[in-house]
Amino acid sequence: MADRVIYATYDDDHTCLESAKKLVADGVHITDVFSPFPIHGIDPVIGVKQTRLGIVAMMFAVTGLMLAVIGFRYIMIQDWPMNIGGKPNFTLLQNFPAFVPISFEFTVLFAAHGMALTYFLRNKTLPGMPADNPYARNTDDRFTMEIRLSDNHGMSSDELQAKIKQTAIVEIEEKDYVQIK
Amino acid sequence: MHKEAAIREPLILGHKTYSDITEDVCRPIEGKAPKAWYIMFGISLLVGLYGIGCILYLLGTGIGTWGLNKTVEWAWDITNFVWWVGIGHAGTLISAVLLLFRQRWRMAINRSAEAMTIFAVFMAGLFPLIHMGRLWVGYWVMPIPNQFGSLWVNFNSPLLWDVFAISTYLSVSVVFWYIGLIPDFATIRDRAKGAVSKKMYGILSFGWSGRAKHWNRFELVSLVLAGLATPLVFSVHSIVSFDFATSVIPGWHTTIFPPYFVAGAVFSGFAMVQTLLLILRKGMKLEAYIHTKHVEYMNIVIMVTGSIVGVAYLTELFISWYSGVEYESYAFINRATGPYWWAYASMMTCNVISPQLMWFKKLRRSLLFTFFISIVVNIGMWFERFVIIVTSIHQDYLPSSWSMFYPTWVDIGVFLGTLGIFFAFYLGFARYFPVLAMSELKTILKISGESYKDGSAPTHDDHGGGGDSHTETAPVVEEKVAETVAPVVEEVAPAVEEKVEEVKAKLTDEEKSQRVSSLMEKLGAGDASNADDLKVISGVGPKMESTLNEIGIYSYEQVSKMTDNEYEMLDSITESFPGRAKRDDWAGQAKELMNK
Repeated sequence: MADRVIYATYDDDHTCLESAKKLVADGVHITDVFSPFPIHGIDPVIGVKQTRLGIVAMMFAVTGLMLAVIGFRYIMIQDWPMNIGGKPNFTLLQNFPAFVPISFEFTVLFAAHGMALTYFLRNKTLPGMPADNPYARNTDDRFTMEIRLSDNHGMSSDELQAKIKQTAIVEIEEKDYVQIK
Repeated sequence: MHKEAAIREPLILGHKTYSDITEDVCRPIEGKAPKAWYIMFGISLLVGLYGIGCILYLLGTGIGTWGLNKTVEWAWDITNFVWWVGIGHAGTLISAVLLLFRQRWRMAINRSAEAMTIFAVFMAGLFPLIHMGRLWVGYWVMPIPNQFGSLWVNFNSPLLWDVFAISTYLSVSVVFWYIGLIPDFATIRDRAKGAVSKKMYGILSFGWSGRAKHWNRFELVSLVLAGLATPLVFSVHSIVSFDFATSVIPGWHTTIFPPYFVAGAVFSGFAMVQTLLLILRKGMKLEAYIHTKHVEYMNIVIMVTGSIVGVAYLTELFISWYSGVEYESYAFINRATGPYWWAYASMMTCNVISPQLMWFKKLRRSLLFTFFISIVVNIGMWFERFVIIVTSIHQDYLPSSWSMFYPTWVDIGVFLGTLGIFFAFYLGFARYFPVLAMSELKTILKISGESYKDGSAPTHDDHGGGGDSHTETAPVVEEKVAETVAPVVEEVAPAVEEKVEEVKAKLTDEEKSQRVSSLMEKLGAGDASNADDLKVISGVGPKMESTLNEIGIYSYEQVSKMTDNEYEMLDSITESFPGRAKRDDWAGQAKELMNK
């Protein structure tokens, strides 16, 4: 049988958060929450881990810095050392103060773009991708919980619905789960 | 939830809901543009096209068409470059530095300020490119292997640092801006009616759907980008100042330049933000989001940075005398009393005196005065760059080569052209992009919205959580009690609900159809052909809409006729969410929707 999904919609972020806490305490597994803005504090409740994109940014930053150093060391020190105003480029270290701005710019350039690109790829948000929020108003003022039956093996659909209806929902709908992306 | 002190002025005025924010920001995008927009856009475009014509003439003929000579070899081009880069500093400062300092007032202005930044940096980048003379070999500034042997770019040169600083700044700003735009494009996409706009905003929104994990990543990415962009803002204008400070020209060769240029950049950037936002908030009716308090905050920034700039001017003067270097002293005496004294005087008046007026609370809270001062500061900052560049070099070491600079029509045309292109871009942005960061504003609505601060907004605190804390503390207003008690009944006493359901279960089909027909008598018959989108009414979802349609309610007009009696009848027919329609005042909402 195809997976079924229950969409429970709330009209307030705080209500949604409190209801999520209550449902999780009741043993309901909430697969995801769609909201028009970040609901602070919902991540630990529904089991979303803190993202590791910060580490990614650091790795890209180090890559950028290393590329910059390798680049200007080859260009300015090895391949074509210039003698400017009697101040020749003897070694990388002696000439490094002049390279600080470039090192910084490359570090930032790589960190920012590397992280942004990873963010887009991990989110699967790229130009032309289809959106998969269940209701159009999820990007306006509706907060929808996605509760998949396959994630809640112990409970029947009716049991789940009964539990959800005890919270302050404004709308509830059950349908076949369709993976869009 | 984090609460803000009650004595702080609210950042969002009036009673707004989440949906009101969406509505207020999207309305100008979805509706027709006013006539004034077309007129302004048309003028900007014409001026911009004239500027492009001048640039093409310049490229075809050569730099000789500018008023440069062998003494004054940098003039309007570099003045305009530094002026535009300076303007391009406020946006990222607002979105990055103020994000790190957790300043909530930035949320109403960051989107449009960042757009301004990006367009200003475009204009800035144009000037060094055309000043190269041969634009088509512009790629030579990149460190690429070439056919001339081992000839590389010089990584010791501030001019090359500038290439990297500006391009990094531009590209990182664009990314930062766009990542913030994606959720708001998704909002417009989900509201769009036309097929073309739905498709366009669908592409622009990258398929954003607002999942919890995505918001988690979004917040971290914004924070890290802010952390990266903050030193970037300072580095860019420091490096621009190195273009001058590392030379041995009296008047340029000073160590004070980097901090002084950065303060000046922020100063001029905020002035331009004020100029644009004061028009934008009026034209797009966003007074509830960008109000006097925001303007006052920005005026304080202008005052502080203006004072830093003033101190820097005076320090420069003092040091030129104290250093004992006669060339240095002469450069400054010549600035103040030489043939360009008028430029120096306008710079001093506009940049040193005018921001000091902001100490008066009445003046810094006056919108008209702010607008006037913002223009004055923009002019003053242009003169600052002109004074630094032209007056330092026009009377150099050799009196026989002293000369003056006179702009030609190409100089003027190119500068006006960049203004035209800039405003055309900005007007295009205001027409098709969400000018306020909707998703960010929604996060501060409950913390800093006026009706939430004075307690007039309906609270949802009683849901789920249980306690009735606010009924004790809040002043007892009858309306409010009525509003808050309803959800409590629905929530805390499921037993009551069950009883209601039992009663409902007893309703026979016959009774039901009777009620439906008596309801329809009062509301008037409707049919699917003139159906309105009932989902727009707060409290009606797709399921409720189909139930209403089954009964025969299709239009706002029908809903608007509902009274308490009809609400009760509807509740008994639909058997779901008793009291909801009354609490959300469907009739009132429908009336408003009808009048649109």
